[in-house]
Amino acid sequence: MVQQTAVDETSRPQAIVAVEGVVKRFGRFTALNDINLSVRAGEKIVLCGPSGSGKSTLIRCINHIEKHDAGRIVVDGVELTDRMGDINNVRREVGMVFQSFNLFPHLSIAENCMLAPMKVRGLSRAEAHERALGFLRKVRIHDQANKYPGQLSGGQQQRVAIARALCMQPKIMLFDEPTSALDPEMVKEVLDIMVELARDGMTMVCVTHEMGFAREVADRVVFMDRGAIVEEADPETFFRAPSTERARDFLGQIIH
Amino acid sequence: MNSLDFSIVLQAWPYLWSGLLFSLALTAVAFVVGMVLGTCFALLQHFEVPVIARIVRGYIALIRSIPLILVLFWFFFLVPIVLGHLSGSGGPVPIGATWTAFITFGLFEAAYYSEIIRVGLRAVNRGQFEACQALALSTFETYRSVILPQVLRVASPIILSQTIILFQDTSLVYVLSLTDLLGAASKLAQLNGRLVEMYLVIVVVYLAISSAASQGVALLRKRYAIAGARR
Ligand SMILES: Nc1ncnc2c1ncn2[C@@H]1O[C@H](COP(=O)(O)OP(=O)(O)OP(=O)(O)O)[C@@H](O)[C@H]1O
Ligand SMILES: [Mg+2]
Repeated sequence: MVQQTAVDETSRPQAIVAVEGVVKRFGRFTALNDINLSVRAGEKIVLCGPSGSGKSTLIRCINHIEKHDAGRIVVDGVELTDRMGDINNVRREVGMVFQSFNLFPHLSIAENCMLAPMKVRGLSRAEAHERALGFLRKVRIHDQANKYPGQLSGGQQQRVAIARALCMQPKIMLFDEPTSALDPEMVKEVLDIMVELARDGMTMVCVTHEMGFAREVADRVVFMDRGAIVEEADPETFFRAPSTERARDFLGQIIH
Repeated sequence: MNSLDFSIVLQAWPYLWSGLLFSLALTAVAFVVGMVLGTCFALLQHFEVPVIARIVRGYIALIRSIPLILVLFWFFFLVPIVLGHLSGSGGPVPIGATWTAFITFGLFEAAYYSEIIRVGLRAVNRGQFEACQALALSTFETYRSVILPQVLRVASPIILSQTIILFQDTSLVYVLSLTDLLGAASKLAQLNGRLVEMYLVIVVVYLAISSAASQGVALLRKRYAIAGARR
């Protein structure tokens, strides 16, 4: 068993995220069943699969928003256990973007981006402000820095959420269906930012059904179903010739 | 008693004024103590701290089921006896009417503010907590910078109503022979027989203070409004 789940020695140095034999249960329901996934630095992974297959649960285990019940998760050399210090060390290096943005409504756009760098990284207000404007410029929204989340469109809010995560200068970015809550005309502005981020060399794990995005940036597409990884392939292979019946069904459904 | 004579009120003003000041001071102290303690109580329940959360819940249930006037009595007569036992001096250790009023009001209001904050905490979206976790914010920063500011904004109208009730309840200190605004007015009214004038003026003062408080909170809410928030 140990033999099977241990990460290949030669790939260990590059694996920035190592998920080994991870199990997650909600009561008696098993949401993740023996998941193994290794992400190299700079790699871009697209996670897809039917609703309820465990995609969100998996990426939420990577920054310990969900606590796994068995197996090991090692992020940037730190194993996630119950130790709060380790958990926070991992979270500093892992940015996350949610489907529903989760911006802080009572803080301005700039303040949203400044809070964690000041409180967690110890930046001064001026430094944090400068950094915030830098990343807001990167997501092309710096002219809105003094507005509040409720005054922006969904696409703008999601770009702020990306900037907020980037302000912590993470090594890894997790995206959980970042465009599914958006009106269709706003999807592209968010995807464009994500493509740029990928070009900059960011390590990314994205739950998304945006096939164009997957084709363009993914090194690997990971297909999940019922709490297990069913298929893993480069995007060309996966979309052209999925090897499992379940993946074919799934692709048939999302492409119509 | 044929015509109203407000000159009597003018003469009595210094006494009324000292009563008003006492009411305001008691309200202010009970508000601060109540909000700080109440927020702690709410957080202890929110975190489901073992044993302590249960005790807090019991305390709040108890306080909310008995009238303030009764709590004042108990505190005034019982606590000195308890203190006497604890200190081993045999006899009761009086804590004085003023201290009794300040401590009792603070502890009493804490139970009510706590319920307001507790409900507010439950109303905060789970995604707010998750975003804080993802950003590695400490629990302390999460509550201080993100969660509580939102709770206070949402709950401010209810906190205001509770505080206005508190201000009106300060009249109950008459049972401790203390004199608040209403107490001062009734004493004077009995002395000079000008009940109508006295009570009319008191109504105006209560009205003025309550509406000033409402205006103040409205200003605060505007100043700290969550821009673009859907209501
Ligand atoms: N907190 C929870 N409590 C109980 N069950 C949960 C919880 N979170 C997730 N689940 C269950 O675990 C399963 C996997 O959920 P998850 O959110 O990971 O799916 P998903 O692949 O992200 O689906 P979707 O595409 O709908 O977002 C689902 O059946 C879900 O009902
Ligand atoms: Mg999901």
